Amino acid sequence: MKKTYKIEVDCANCANKMEEAAKKTNGVKDCVVNYMTLKMTVEFAEGADITAVMNDVLANCKKVEDDCEIYF
Amino acid sequence: MNKKQKKALGRIIISSILVVALTFIKPTGLLGLALYLIPYLIVGYETLRKAIKGIMNRQPLDECLLMSIATIGAFLMAILKTNDFVEGVAVMLFYQVGEFFESYAVGKSRRNISELMDIRPDYANLENDGKITAVDPDEVAIGSIIVVNPGEKVPIDGVIIEGESAIDTAALTGESVPRTVRVSDEIYSGSINLSGIIKIRTTKEFGESTASRILDLVENASSRKSKSEDFIAKFARIYTPAVVYSAIALAIVPPAISYLLKGNSEILTWCYRALTFLVISCPCALVISIPLSFFAGLGGASKEGVLIKGSNYLEALAKTDIVVFDKTGTLTKGVFAVTKIKSEHLSPQELLKYAAIAESASSHPIAKSLKEAYGKQIDTSLLGGLEERAGKGIVAMVDNREVAVGNAKLLDSLDIAYERCDEAGTLIYLAIDRKYEGYIVISDIIKDSSKKAIAKLKDNGVRKCIMLTGDNEAVAKNVADELRLDGYYAELLPADKVDRLEEIIAKKNDNNTLAFVGDGMNDAPVLARADIGIAMGAIGSDAAIEAADVVLMDDDPMKISRAIAIARKCLLIVYENIIFAIGVKLLCLLLGALGIANMWTAIFADVGVMIIAVLNAIRALNTKRL
Repeated sequence: MKKTYKIEVDCANCANKMEEAAKKTNGVKDCVVNYMTLKMTVEFAEGADITAVMNDVLANCKKVEDDCEIYF
Repeated sequence: MNKKQKKALGRIIISSILVVALTFIKPTGLLGLALYLIPYLIVGYETLRKAIKGIMNRQPLDECLLMSIATIGAFLMAILKTNDFVEGVAVMLFYQVGEFFESYAVGKSRRNISELMDIRPDYANLENDGKITAVDPDEVAIGSIIVVNPGEKVPIDGVIIEGESAIDTAALTGESVPRTVRVSDEIYSGSINLSGIIKIRTTKEFGESTASRILDLVENASSRKSKSEDFIAKFARIYTPAVVYSAIALAIVPPAISYLLKGNSEILTWCYRALTFLVISCPCALVISIPLSFFAGLGGASKEGVLIKGSNYLEALAKTDIVVFDKTGTLTKGVFAVTKIKSEHLSPQELLKYAAIAESASSHPIAKSLKEAYGKQIDTSLLGGLEERAGKGIVAMVDNREVAVGNAKLLDSLDIAYERCDEAGTLIYLAIDRKYEGYIVISDIIKDSSKKAIAKLKDNGVRKCIMLTGDNEAVAKNVADELRLDGYYAELLPADKVDRLEEIIAKKNDNNTLAFVGDGMNDAPVLARADIGIAMGAIGSDAAIEAADVVLMDDDPMKISRAIAIARKCLLIVYENIIFAIGVKLLCLLLGALGIANMWTAIFADVGVMIIAVLNAIRALNTKRL
């Protein structure tokens, strides 16, 4: 399943880092962060608990870039 | 400017004023350090804070950390050797200026490009029992009556039931000349009503309306990343660690060698050079300019009525080498007219009547022109059983007689003897009760701009233009000669088109791409198979918008070469930025290692590259002179 979230981040490289961090999160099959439209599209693995996974994604993103936000 | 940006700008201004003032006072020693730390902390506090968080989160190569090390190092150098406190502050200050500019420029272009595509209607004037109320367009049901006043956007697709007006469809088609619409004309959401009040009966829900669909497409476009973006993302991932490790090596290896050879390590000089490396280690200028270029390119294209579904398609479009066209509706108007009737036994009018009735249930353009040529009301009660043979024609019971209407293949497959003729045009053969009765010639007209469009494509570096058509050899040859195409394949069934396309793809060079242009009517599989599927005149055609990678909002073939030109310009800008940014960074690293470039040069180069790359990227938005 794919879902798109609005995000907030200040630099292009930080957006790339967020994408990397989100991809490595358990329960995430694939992720694309679009810095220009400030959107994060997450493809979840089969049977993943979306809220729990997104909480992990946000935590992992905060680790690589403190100054970011994902709205979910 | 948002709150964050205003804050950042304020810090930059205060800090700059303090630095300028301090350069007049010229404090030295520990007093100097203390005084210079004030502007440094004002402008760099955020960076230092993030650097500490980075350490706690075990992110050793965080840009903030590297920048903090570089500037703190510069202060240490000042105490130990140079007594130049300005450098550390200045590096941090310019770094912040760069960050501020990046955020401001990107925010601004983000807004500009979104505004460009802002066709989202805010409300609909719903008419209910003679009363008009403004409601959320989402709440309007299919079949409702809405009123659009002059100056308002049409909120939902529908059919005009009252009034006449001129409408501006520029946001949808890029066509700047207003179109006149009257009662029973279809009207698409996103166009702007210019002159009169019109009433519309809606035919779609808001979410399914043209404006919503286009917005959806545009907003999701740049999420499909191009090879260039992937390259830069990968490069950035390697670049920072590589620079940091070289900085460490620079601080250790040369002093060690120097100590062994000369007994003097010159460690401070080398440490300073290593710090210069850290200043250049941030890949931001590189990383920002590429997606921004693509975003601007996609925005510029949609301004022209060319919707591209992703940066990857923009990239592929720029490498177009072969363009394959569908004929009908793409190169020709798709408006067929009966130009000749040859009947064996019946009167021409009688023959036409049988053909028109047999085809009365079909929506094919040929059926339409048969009905138009017949001109009278069609008595559909005469139509009995009906069987459509794909790519061949129709066999139907008309007035209890079996009527076969279709091309030569139909009569061949029914084993009916007929006289083959080679008139240019679409030949419709007719057989009644398995007996050949005559033929009708229907011709299509080539679009006015087709010839110019093909010539323009060739000018733009497209090597081959090939046409696929279901029509007969004579028609195909006629059109191909007229338009000076490089080749054509005629008499193809819909399934054959994919096979032919596969053949052409197999023969082409892997580095180049093949684009297929169709109108989305029964060529969705071909659109999907081509490297890039371009659907033209797709406004209102859901299937085409779905299947294609590039959607041309109107049906002017000139738009194809414009789309390719826009893509080429955008890609050129992307390459310029990649080469320029990487080139300057490498040059700075080299000069820094040799001691020619100091920290000042490094930070100037870094911020300068970013500003130039961003300004260059925004150029992709300008599509006027292509």
